[in-house]
Amino acid sequence: MSSRILTDGNGAASLGLKLARIRVVSAYPITPQSPISEKLADYVVDGTLDAKYIRVESEHSAMSCAIGAQLTGVRAGTATSSVGLALMHEVLGVAAGCRIPIVMPVVNRSLVSPWSLWCDHQDSMAERDGGWMQLYAESAQEVLDLILIAYRTSEDARIQLPTMVCLDGFFLSHMSDAIFLPDQDTVDSFLPPYVSHNFHLDPDDPMFINDLTPTSEFTEMRYQQAVAFDKAPEVLAEVMADFQKTFGREYSLTEAYRCDDAEAVIVTLGSMSGTGKYTVDLLREQGKRVGILKITSFRPFPAEQIKSALANVGTVGVIDRSAGFGAQVGPVATEVRATLRGKPVQGFIAGLAGRDISPAVFKKAFTRLLDNETTEHVEWLDLKEDALTLREVRS
Amino acid sequence: MLTMKSESKGLIANGVSLCSGCGLELAARIILDVLGTNTVIVIPPGCAALFSGYGSETVTKLAGFQGNLENTAAYASGIKAGFEMQGRGDIQVLGLAGDGATVDIGLQSLSGALERGDKILYICYDNEAYMNTGIQSSGSTPLSAWTTTTPGGKPVYRKDMLGIVAAHKIPYAASASVGYVDDLRRKVEKARTATATGPAYLHVHVPCPTGWGIKPAQAIEVAKLAVQSRYWPLYEVVDGEEYKLTVPVSKPKPVAEYLRLQKRFAGVNAQQLDVLQSAVDHEYASLMKKML
Repeated sequence: MSSRILTDGNGAASLGLKLARIRVVSAYPITPQSPISEKLADYVVDGTLDAKYIRVESEHSAMSCAIGAQLTGVRAGTATSSVGLALMHEVLGVAAGCRIPIVMPVVNRSLVSPWSLWCDHQDSMAERDGGWMQLYAESAQEVLDLILIAYRTSEDARIQLPTMVCLDGFFLSHMSDAIFLPDQDTVDSFLPPYVSHNFHLDPDDPMFINDLTPTSEFTEMRYQQAVAFDKAPEVLAEVMADFQKTFGREYSLTEAYRCDDAEAVIVTLGSMSGTGKYTVDLLREQGKRVGILKITSFRPFPAEQIKSALANVGTVGVIDRSAGFGAQVGPVATEVRATLRGKPVQGFIAGLAGRDISPAVFKKAFTRLLDNETTEHVEWLDLKEDALTLREVRS
Repeated sequence: MLTMKSESKGLIANGVSLCSGCGLELAARIILDVLGTNTVIVIPPGCAALFSGYGSETVTKLAGFQGNLENTAAYASGIKAGFEMQGRGDIQVLGLAGDGATVDIGLQSLSGALERGDKILYICYDNEAYMNTGIQSSGSTPLSAWTTTTPGGKPVYRKDMLGIVAAHKIPYAASASVGYVDDLRRKVEKARTATATGPAYLHVHVPCPTGWGIKPAQAIEVAKLAVQSRYWPLYEVVDGEEYKLTVPVSKPKPVAEYLRLQKRFAGVNAQQLDVLQSAVDHEYASLMKKML
């Protein structure tokens, strides 16, 4: 059974962690994640979440505490955003390398500089190769559902990888949305109590974890992580199928929207996907054959799904919500291009620091694709004309 | 799962790969001997990481985790919380970190854990520099000491770490020395007891023959001289308020006697020696004012 409630992305994330019965919370506030830290504190105080709440003094300690707690055999929860995620960077690698299946909501927000409070994906993109799975939500419902899916997948004995469930700052974190809230018993049946399949701290079974590892073994331990990522698409799909059986909502690593006969498709991540689908409907009414391919799982990267979804599409564009400096195109476009060897893939950048990716922006991108005006280089879709003189300082 | 290759008397294997005469090695054997096996240890990179082991081999019989340099206290807090939530709060969680990992890069996470009252035992072994990386100066390196990053002698005073810890008003904090083993044992026992109500902190002076330029056989003599010259007073602080000198030194030896044995102070001239002696006298007098 489930109930229908009004919440927002942060509320859905907090409920997801609560339904997963985390036993230790280590939280540190940062805009726009703070409501998750606050909500979890409420749950602990009102007794609806049986957990110890540790008011850490930084995100670095938040992740360190979570790692320590989870190594004793309980689920540990934290959440972060932007520079908080960047501060965690060092210990994110510990969770990944020690194969500790922590699930963490990441409320996407730009990195400095300049300062911004608003949404883009540079924070999580900067962590894309660090050994965490990354799922991107389109709605508050997806935030909650992907958290439950993430726990099952992360903790699977074949996987043992931590997961970030990414939700766009403000667009998802603070936007009111009606969601189906599953009941605890059904979640418990889908997600059994945590069992460590790997390292654990226990005086009754002592082991020393994370010591210096010689060159003769390091490569092999890295390879074990890579193999887990290789298996992850299949396990994710399996868990998503079971999720659908249990809760009735369908998920997949990618979601193709009106791609079957499309001449041009734009690849998206996160909350922009909804606007993309809406724009596709508008353009379809005008007879334009366009579609959206939403990537839900960026790590593992769903190469097979992307290849098959875009096999018959003429021109592909990718909107990156982060800059990807020094590369020809943004990080998502780079990988889509590598996946679709030979097919023209236009890289776009838009929506930095909370700039809305409106239907007009999508239309501009689709027009370019339909006109077959693709180039090797990235196009900044929503760039203003004064870009090179804005805040110019002359000596 | 731990498979014993060769049995040892204590919780640390015989023949570990620390330097000859290492003060930390003796301190660690004593500390673990007092604490026993119902303990989980967190060790950051540094000299103590030689107890963590290498590859699939370790030299301690305890369950342990090697953390990062700056978050020993945070890992310990998380581990303790995990055990508490499973009804296993009796497990002692020990952070064993050097001075760099404590007074410098680890100060923030330690302060957080102390402020929250997390029931962990944190022991800083102070060899007064980043010894494992090659004798670089830390916030605990004393005035005028040579290190590879203070080749002309350290121009500033060290941090008063125990003062910083005491300001958090935790149940138990104490200085200790590997030169006074009975005092150290008593303090580990008291600290263990104190963790029933909150954090406990020990700051243990451990001479480093390699970094200080002393003979391995002199390590304990030097540790004792540090106490007998009042350079390293042995005291404890309960609840941040009740100060007690545990090893009174009524007739202090000149600081020069302590410095003389160590090559790191070879460049200290007569004037600098006066400054060091006055600083020791002044700090000791300040400390005495806080005593019960």
